[in-house]
Amino acid sequence: MSSYEARFQVWRGDVGGGGLEDFKVEVNDGEVVLDIIHRLQATQAPDLAVRWNCKAGKCGSCSAEINGRPRLMCMTRMSVFGRDETITVTPLRTFPVIRDLVTDVGFNYRKAREIPSFVPPPGLGPGEYRMQQEDVDRSQEFRKCIECFLCQNTCHVVRDHDENKQVFAGPRFLMRVAELDMHPLDAAQETGLDRKRTAQDDHGLGYCNITKCCTEVCPENIKITDNALIPLKERAIDRKYDPLVWLGSKISRRPPGG
Amino acid sequence: MTVVERQEWDVVVVGAGGAGLRAAIEARERGARTAVICKSLFGKAHTVMAEGGIAAAMGNANPHDNWQVHFRDTMRGGKFLNQWRMAELHAREAPDRVWELETWGALFDRTKDGRISQRNFGGHEYPRLAHVGDRTGLELIRTLQQKVVALQQEDEKETGEYESRLKVFQECTVTRVLKERDRVSGVFAYERETGRFFVLEAPAVVIATGGIGKSFKVTSNSWEYTGDGHALALLAGAPLLNMEFVQFHPTGMVWPPSVKGILVTESVRGDGGVLRNSEDERFMFDYIPDVFKEKYAQSEEEADRWYDDPDNNRRPPELLPRDEVARAINAEVKAGRGSPHGGVFLDVSTRMPAEVIRRRLPSMYHQFKELADVDITAEPMEVGPTCHYVMGGIAVDSDTAAARGATGLYAAGEVAGGMHGSNRLGGNSLSDLLVFGRRAGLHAAEYATGLAERPLVDDIQVDTAAAEALRPFSAEGPAPGEDGEEQSHPPENPYTLHQELQQTMNDLVGIIRREPEMQQALKKLAELRVRARRAGVEGHRQFNPGWHLALDLRNMLLVSECVARAALERTESRGGHTREDYPTMDRAWRRINLLCRLTDPTGGLAATDPVRGQITLGRETTEPIRPDLLALFEKEELVKYLAEEELYE
Repeated sequence: MSSYEARFQVWRGDVGGGGLEDFKVEVNDGEVVLDIIHRLQATQAPDLAVRWNCKAGKCGSCSAEINGRPRLMCMTRMSVFGRDETITVTPLRTFPVIRDLVTDVGFNYRKAREIPSFVPPPGLGPGEYRMQQEDVDRSQEFRKCIECFLCQNTCHVVRDHDENKQVFAGPRFLMRVAELDMHPLDAAQETGLDRKRTAQDDHGLGYCNITKCCTEVCPENIKITDNALIPLKERAIDRKYDPLVWLGSKISRRPPGG
Repeated sequence: MTVVERQEWDVVVVGAGGAGLRAAIEARERGARTAVICKSLFGKAHTVMAEGGIAAAMGNANPHDNWQVHFRDTMRGGKFLNQWRMAELHAREAPDRVWELETWGALFDRTKDGRISQRNFGGHEYPRLAHVGDRTGLELIRTLQQKVVALQQEDEKETGEYESRLKVFQECTVTRVLKERDRVSGVFAYERETGRFFVLEAPAVVIATGGIGKSFKVTSNSWEYTGDGHALALLAGAPLLNMEFVQFHPTGMVWPPSVKGILVTESVRGDGGVLRNSEDERFMFDYIPDVFKEKYAQSEEEADRWYDDPDNNRRPPELLPRDEVARAINAEVKAGRGSPHGGVFLDVSTRMPAEVIRRRLPSMYHQFKELADVDITAEPMEVGPTCHYVMGGIAVDSDTAAARGATGLYAAGEVAGGMHGSNRLGGNSLSDLLVFGRRAGLHAAEYATGLAERPLVDDIQVDTAAAEALRPFSAEGPAPGEDGEEQSHPPENPYTLHQELQQTMNDLVGIIRREPEMQQALKKLAELRVRARRAGVEGHRQFNPGWHLALDLRNMLLVSECVARAALERTESRGGHTREDYPTMDRAWRRINLLCRLTDPTGGLAATDPVRGQITLGRETTEPIRPDLLALFEKEELVKYLAEEELYE
């Protein structure tokens, strides 16, 4: 096994400010960036703050910016960097720093609450749901989301525009609207809730100009833009501006046989 | 006196994994104002790592399945040491708990006729695991999380406040359960972000903190699994049950070293993956124990036919319960037939087309590709046993999930003992969380809302808890001469102590156990306890991981001692407890439960004597299995497990 000494720069500080701190640290075969951060904690900086949980790319806790790129630390192998490269690790930029690599991601939990929940179909009890696999495939793709919030962090609508945070739910939660809208048994429509319209009116879908930055950073490779946001936009726009759709929605269908 | 913020709630749930969230949902729906406290962010609990599925006899894939068959499989898997009433309730209620998830928005994989698809798993007679690819745990957590949000939205509509009836305190750690005499009065906790202390006053506390795997070096468990709930219960006067039973999952990654222990889901085998040694033999055929001889295929041909025709062929031995497979892998490696990095080969590449592998096992494909540079559609994986689950836990009443020894204390999920006996079947964990999470929430809510007068929080206990939590900041080495040394030592590094603890448990109380090694482990644990009292930290209280670890060490040391003492006491091999010096199962031991209690429950600090230690062990005879449940088994099978006198009672 071959070990070497890597140079790291890790942002340390808190809400009052901070800066990059230099470290030299041992790296072994097969390690990921999170291993190195842990080694720093155990040997050089015991109070270095970092969030992590599963260390297997399943929980989405250890999000950070590595050499400026939003990534999961547990899924970033050291072998992708040159041995003489200095590796810079900084906290997610879009969210307020708490300490070191830990940020306040409360924005995301607030947005999650603003999305109307699944509406169970009336008249179907537990055990009576029937859905075809091809009909659940689309929503299942979005439910792969591990809520690492890298897409929320990278989206330029809020990345450097705090003022947009009020009105924009971000890719993760617009995708949640799409997921529910495509759920084969969601009964929102029957209760008068038009999910496509809320995406546009309440959650800021119009701010998205499909630059696909969110898709690029998604560690689960979810096609957020192509499969969630664009279809949602198309359907929202159909409803809003298409005169035929508008007309159709105003004229009730002829009752069968009558 | 420390000034500590206090809030009043009806029910406090410690832990926000599957069991904790299910308990909280139930308690809130029963009208109790409910607080959930979790160490991580909401939605990140260890449950997300569960891959295979939720075992529930819905009979969607094979109509012969029903709760009785599920009950039988669970008892067999646990080698009949299960608290049988829990196994019964679990088998009966699991289907309702799964179907209920659909009404909350869960999207499971489907059968052709549109029902929930069910897959094969080790020890289950029929395909029984409801699943979503190999990310079922994530679906479970997200569904429960979103149900919590849905309830909060309802509350907001009614009260104008999302958190008026159900609040999640995320990134907070509970260090003590508070009591008035024998009744629970609340919890003492700190906020990880600020280090600020607070007290939640509540007459009912549900412990749902999961397991203990972080006491072992090679584990599939996340950092949160430090045995907090086990320790909180012990410290609150509640006993732990059968702590010697620790499940080593047969297939963890073995390479590269930094990911050693990360889980490779059993679905790989359920869907057709096979185990081979370095001589290219499918060795599991040599390891079918007598009790399972009639149920498993004796040839590769028969095993391979089973996937398409399960009614006329027996199952492949790769699908034996986990304890059997883990021991077999261990034996192969020891006999020199291991893979280059000390495991064995698990292969799907020669068994299924690449695109099927990518569809059915997407996160495994991803995990090996990203972490080990291995393409599992083209080459075998290298796997070996990893510490995965603790069957032992807080002793509870089967029906109510109430802990013994502390009124108002409840436990559900991995932290509770009994349900799985000596070994848990894959898939039975997620169903356990739902069935007993709900029951714990229900009974905690009933108890809390029905009380005329609530126990009071004692200021002295709060002060003591605060002092205990602050100690790592003023830790000092012993004065010169105090420990026989001339020089004084600097404070101990908590990370070093943790690593030594993990090495000790891994090497001395691991998958194969021997008496002298366990004695040695107890000595080492005593030494670590003394040193842990000097565990010191740098910096301040704001998000300080060194401090958090120093506090978690207390819990890991307590729980590790329970495991080591109970393992030393049980002189037989059964399920997740294998003794080299007592290699066979002993029917006389089937009726014996081992209970661990805190030696000094008055709140005094850890005893340092290795012989006496902090834990007192007791034995209890189990309740006889109800006759109608026993009647579900053939007599010939029962004689393998039950003692003579039980059979004729």
